[in-house]
Amino acid sequence: MIRAIRLKTILFLILFTAVSLHAQLAVKGETVYTMSGAPIADGIVLISTGKITAVGKAGEVSIPADYRFLSAKVVTPGLIDAHSVVGLAGIYNQPHDQDQLDKSAPIQPELRALDAYNPREDLVEWLRNLGVTTLHTGHAPGALISGQSIIVKTGGATLEQVLIDSSAMLTVTLGASVGQNFDSPGTRSKGVAMLRSEFLKAQDYLKKKQAKDASKRPARDLKMEALGEALSGRLPVLITANRATEISSALRLAKEFNLNLIIDGAAEAYLLLEEIKKAGAPVIIHPTMARHWGDTQNASFETAAKLKDAGIRFAFQGGYESYVPKTRVVLYEAALAAANGLAFQDALAALTIDSARILGIDHRVGSLEAGKDADVVLFNGDPFEYLTRVCAVIINGEVVHDVCR
Amino acid sequence: MQKLHFHLLMLALAILCFDPGVIAREKAQVFRGALIYTIAGEPLENGAMVVEDGKISAVGLSGQIKTPPEAEEHDLTGKVLMPGLVDTHSHIGGGDGGDNSATLHPEVRILDAIDVHNDTFKKARAGGITTVNVMPGSGYLMSGQTVYLKLREGRTIYDLLLCPDVERDVCGGLKMANGTNSIRKNPPFPGTRAKSAALVRQLYVKAQEYRKKIAEAKNDPEKMPARDLQMEALVEVLEGRRIVHYHTHRHDDILTVLRLAQEFGFRVVLHHVSEGWKVAEEIAAAKAPCSIIVIDSPGGKLEAVNLLGKTGGVLEKAGVDVAFHTDDGITDSRLFLRSAAFGVREGMSRAKALEALTLAGARMLDLQERIGSLEKGKDADFIILSGDPLSVYTQVEQTWVEGKLVFDRANPEHRKYAVGGYEVFRGQAHYHDHQGEIE
Repeated sequence: MIRAIRLKTILFLILFTAVSLHAQLAVKGETVYTMSGAPIADGIVLISTGKITAVGKAGEVSIPADYRFLSAKVVTPGLIDAHSVVGLAGIYNQPHDQDQLDKSAPIQPELRALDAYNPREDLVEWLRNLGVTTLHTGHAPGALISGQSIIVKTGGATLEQVLIDSSAMLTVTLGASVGQNFDSPGTRSKGVAMLRSEFLKAQDYLKKKQAKDASKRPARDLKMEALGEALSGRLPVLITANRATEISSALRLAKEFNLNLIIDGAAEAYLLLEEIKKAGAPVIIHPTMARHWGDTQNASFETAAKLKDAGIRFAFQGGYESYVPKTRVVLYEAALAAANGLAFQDALAALTIDSARILGIDHRVGSLEAGKDADVVLFNGDPFEYLTRVCAVIINGEVVHDVCR
Repeated sequence: MQKLHFHLLMLALAILCFDPGVIAREKAQVFRGALIYTIAGEPLENGAMVVEDGKISAVGLSGQIKTPPEAEEHDLTGKVLMPGLVDTHSHIGGGDGGDNSATLHPEVRILDAIDVHNDTFKKARAGGITTVNVMPGSGYLMSGQTVYLKLREGRTIYDLLLCPDVERDVCGGLKMANGTNSIRKNPPFPGTRAKSAALVRQLYVKAQEYRKKIAEAKNDPEKMPARDLQMEALVEVLEGRRIVHYHTHRHDDILTVLRLAQEFGFRVVLHHVSEGWKVAEEIAAAKAPCSIIVIDSPGGKLEAVNLLGKTGGVLEKAGVDVAFHTDDGITDSRLFLRSAAFGVREGMSRAKALEALTLAGARMLDLQERIGSLEKGKDADFIILSGDPLSVYTQVEQTWVEGKLVFDRANPEHRKYAVGGYEVFRGQAHYHDHQGEIE
């Protein structure tokens, strides 16, 4: 009996602690873009213990009296930056905060972004305050294989608190930027040949690992293990490919090795819409405002709209900058695409639900639905307008920011 | 004497009767129905503007503006009309300034290195820019003379210049820089900030001496000092005829610029001024105008890490004259308008933010009598926008320079420069990177 009471008390305390950490919230929006259906006028999102518990029209969803009430003109799901280097690359652009690329070898699939990610990086806070709640981040483009990326939430001080996916994608780069960082590959075709050789080695490694005689199995090799995951399809392969030549090579590689391909950058995607569509590969489009030099010289403000028209799933990214500004803000990048032919709701989808689908995390984030993580952004107007401010950001049910800025 | 008078009379008659200008004169054009931001006064709802011979001949409320005979009417109902944008700091045109043989290059003119066919000019027109201060880079204490250009369609640099005679006139400013960009390991480059200032002071002292010798020579060719291109440019600076455009980020570097300007009495425009918000009162007291860059996200450069969006608002409140610049390719000329939107978002007034794109910039280039606002007698440099200048959805539909249409979004050949695409921009954008990764 005494024991039972004690247990109840402990349970109550645990529950109480959880509740106080993750407040119960009611968020009302003049327009709520749930991204799982039509926008709701005068919508309500109820949040409890870090999750969304109900979404609906005001009047249809009753708000419990003890819930904290927040309201805004526009409410959206937390925004997702589908490809970034923030947390590995820091704001100062000095050697101590630039961990985005190891240049000792062009192929290093064993490098884990999780071993370099700094959740307290200033740029993480900057993005969070502008509504970015989920970040797919890792090594910068520039090596044939730069490592394994991670997906994190932008709220939280330790890796354990923020990690959603510890090995999200294998990050690969094709194109001239690789040649600038390494003596070899010195050409595009050499780069592809090196990748193919490495994947063949990994195929062999996987085969030998199956040997019945344990003594004949090869020793563990981190490089081969990571490539093996990619070959099995469990680890998606993000290939940064901006020129049409590189996009074609990426499609060819994916076909040859049956890779789960995501095309990154894709500055000249407008030249290969049919091929990309046919391959079923989603695209994480370069920042709309990416500088048009080097591999992105032929970038267009209208590529996102063209991907949409072609029926290709795509998402926006903050990308990688070696100089001012150190990161881009997906909200602004999507806004410019919305000003250049992409419909408002399609731009918003590419920042939320479509991005979540591409990253394989749509069971948790990307839309406002009961059961999903309570990641919500409150705006005082059209999210894309320059004069609109982000007035509150909620991550896992916690208000991490509630001053309009 | 009488003969001369007769000739003058005949000449005047000839002009009155047969002025070829009258015959060749383009039709007057009337732009009617737009919301007009003249910048010289309150916005005009349903305004009208008349353009004749490349100049504005009338501007006001539509009801008060008559259409001259045979004028061409443009119905701009629902559109926004404002002055052409003035970019006070850009690197378009593929030009450059001094080289690595020295850090002080006051004699080097960027006008000798500009390719007027470079597609970056088309990009700038697509962004609504009509006047631009093209600057050499910031990797030198003095990287050379800047040049002020009108973005007319042109075949040669002379078609774009704002000055009639490059040998006689002052056609631009002088680019100077302090802080980390111009600091390098080995001489002749300075290794520290104090050395940077000392090198600059030494050269200005020399110029003062040179100027004194000229004054003492009293036009006696025997006594005149030998011509010296460096000294000639710096004398123009000392006499206030050539404005110094000074790249500076950190608050202490900004104060160093003000100290040097005071010591030598030169006119200065502070550029970038990333930490200007920390020393706004000092800048205001020195009456130094500021040309600022708007970056929508921080970081990437250590000494500019405190570059904040609020700079424009803080400076405005302190009474400082504020203009924007693109620093193209740091930001894109096509996106120059958004500087004003971010300025307002972070504390500037709407009126001052629009002025910072136009008239304030004109003042910083000594061109306020000709450009920067829509007023009778000024150059007909203007842009037609699809909507509110501060909205992300607004497009620059047309750019006009001196009464001529130089960018028209409805024309596919022009439109491609507004959006980009396959091989639209063949020339590499000028891109500074002082980490040595990208030149």
